[in-house]
Amino acid sequence: MTAHAAPSAAPASVRLETYRPVRTRLVWSTVGFGLFAVLVCALAPLVGTTHIDLARALDRSIPFADNADAQILLVARLPRVLAGALVGAALAAAGVVFQALLRNPLATPFTLGVSAGASLGAMVVIIFGGAVSVGILSPVPLASLAGAFAASAVVYLLATSPGRAISTTVLLLAGVTLNAFISALILFVQYLADFADVYRAARWLMGDLDVGGFDPIVAALPLLVAAAVGMVFLPSSLNLLSISADTASARGVDVARVQRGAFITGSLATSAAVAVGGPIGFIGIIVPHLVRLMVGSDHRVLLPASALFGAAFLVGCDLLARTVIAPVEIPVGVVTALLGGPFFLWLLVRKS
Amino acid sequence: MKGLQAQCLTGSVLRTLAVVALVIGALCSGVKTQSPAPAPRAATRIVSLVPSVTEMLFAIGAGSRVIAVSSFDHFPAEVETLPRVGALLDPDTERILSLKPDLVVTYGSQTELDVALHRAGIRTYSYRHGGVDGTLKTMRELGPLTGSEAGANAAAATVQARLDAVRRRVAGRDRPRTLLVFGREHGTLRSIYVAGGVGFMHDLLTIAGATNVFADFKRESAQPSKELLLVRKPDVVLEVQGTQATADASDAIKSWAALGSVPAVRNRRVQAIAGAFLVVPGPRLGEAAETIARAIHPDAF
Repeated sequence: MTAHAAPSAAPASVRLETYRPVRTRLVWSTVGFGLFAVLVCALAPLVGTTHIDLARALDRSIPFADNADAQILLVARLPRVLAGALVGAALAAAGVVFQALLRNPLATPFTLGVSAGASLGAMVVIIFGGAVSVGILSPVPLASLAGAFAASAVVYLLATSPGRAISTTVLLLAGVTLNAFISALILFVQYLADFADVYRAARWLMGDLDVGGFDPIVAALPLLVAAAVGMVFLPSSLNLLSISADTASARGVDVARVQRGAFITGSLATSAAVAVGGPIGFIGIIVPHLVRLMVGSDHRVLLPASALFGAAFLVGCDLLARTVIAPVEIPVGVVTALLGGPFFLWLLVRKS
Repeated sequence: MKGLQAQCLTGSVLRTLAVVALVIGALCSGVKTQSPAPAPRAATRIVSLVPSVTEMLFAIGAGSRVIAVSSFDHFPAEVETLPRVGALLDPDTERILSLKPDLVVTYGSQTELDVALHRAGIRTYSYRHGGVDGTLKTMRELGPLTGSEAGANAAAATVQARLDAVRRRVAGRDRPRTLLVFGREHGTLRSIYVAGGVGFMHDLLTIAGATNVFADFKRESAQPSKELLLVRKPDVVLEVQGTQATADASDAIKSWAALGSVPAVRNRRVQAIAGAFLVVPGPRLGEAAETIARAIHPDAF
């Protein structure tokens, strides 16, 4: 199926020519974006508001409990960078998937109400309290996952009928409506809340990657891995699906199945990301478009490249968030929009 | 859809800004304005929209003249039977007017309400949270307004005496570098809110014989990163559980264990105290200072 990616109107010779470059482009973009992501993730833990002595931090002869440098590196910074990389990759990839599924360039991982559901869950726990933990999942992430799953399930049940392709319009309208409905519930819950809680709740909505250990990451990992494995099978079908469902189905794509796969993997990735870092905005819409401007819109290249760039981008944003006006931190969701917006506009104007 | 998204985004940003503005407003120093110019007559029908001022009114002996309170008032017990007229964000202007008050205590940011009440010829007392000194000053100012001048001075003196007693109790002792935590996500070290270097929490900590590790941070509250907590190395971590009646340190001890190099963690000085009186800047400040001092200097009592 990979050979059919080029528009059907293209002459055969062009199609043959584009076949090889796609593979080459995939290799080069993966290597390029991968190196960039690795570089950013490797450098980020070394930078912070305090200077740490790396040799001392890695010195095993000093007991960990006494080694402040090691704790800063391994408790304060490394989990944070890892969380940023995973959340960034998940949101960017989910953005690509939802844009293809909904055939709409304005779709984001948050369009279909997943993050609104997650936020409502988190708000309820933050405001009304609740101390239910499951294993290493603490109450707020747990509630946020529950909310995300509930919202996704509602949208899924509303928009799908057994064995038939999903109507993009119905899916979009159901998602957007649910989004608005849940947002109203969030406002209502906040209105009932005590003052300090409202601030805490509002702060949660701005995103925070200071996870303080590996537990929240480990807890989210199974979901992220499941989403990533699912997404591996999507790209070539997404190429056809993003043209139209008819085209895809004429080319032998099981449209209903691919749509369900896209919805479920995208929602899984988004749920896990929001549970770890809160609803960090902008990554899911800006990174896919940024990368599209750089590598083109072939999903086989776009999806992995977006995930890698999303990881690097969010880690970079969080690095700025925690250092620029230290000791105060800028909420990372604010940095992504402040930085991503102008960068995207610049690229947009330059390319067109 | 973009419109919707933008709208949601703008909405949430605006909400956030509003909340932040309110919080910052609440944290700025205790500037109090009194408008219009002080009337000669003492108030007999008082509506208080600020819980800490309600406490002060009762403490100075003007409690019997309080006819309505905010939705967040729970102390003293007498307020439970009084009518509720909304709070900071949702004052019920109609209800307030219908009660025919002659003095309404509003918060500093409720300027629209002030204007509405002035138009109806009702006096307002605009209050903002300040430090311990601001609280005592407010208590004294409420005296002439409510005809309880002697009561107000006596009540302020009582609080002052209690604070001084705590100060004397801990005088000359080491002042452990203390982190005062008043918010933390249960079961984790996330969303930690601590007392900064201004405001009554910081003042109480100082009176109780501790050094605030964030004293240099000139705001009432801070949300430090784990890195900053590791760097500041507090000797004592004191969690204030303002919404709970009894202290529960177990979750705090479990969660803080992740930062093993923090002296407070190593020396088992992660502690918890509970009670609403710890987080309301009113006449119970003396009690709050004593509770904090007992936690920090258990051997001094």
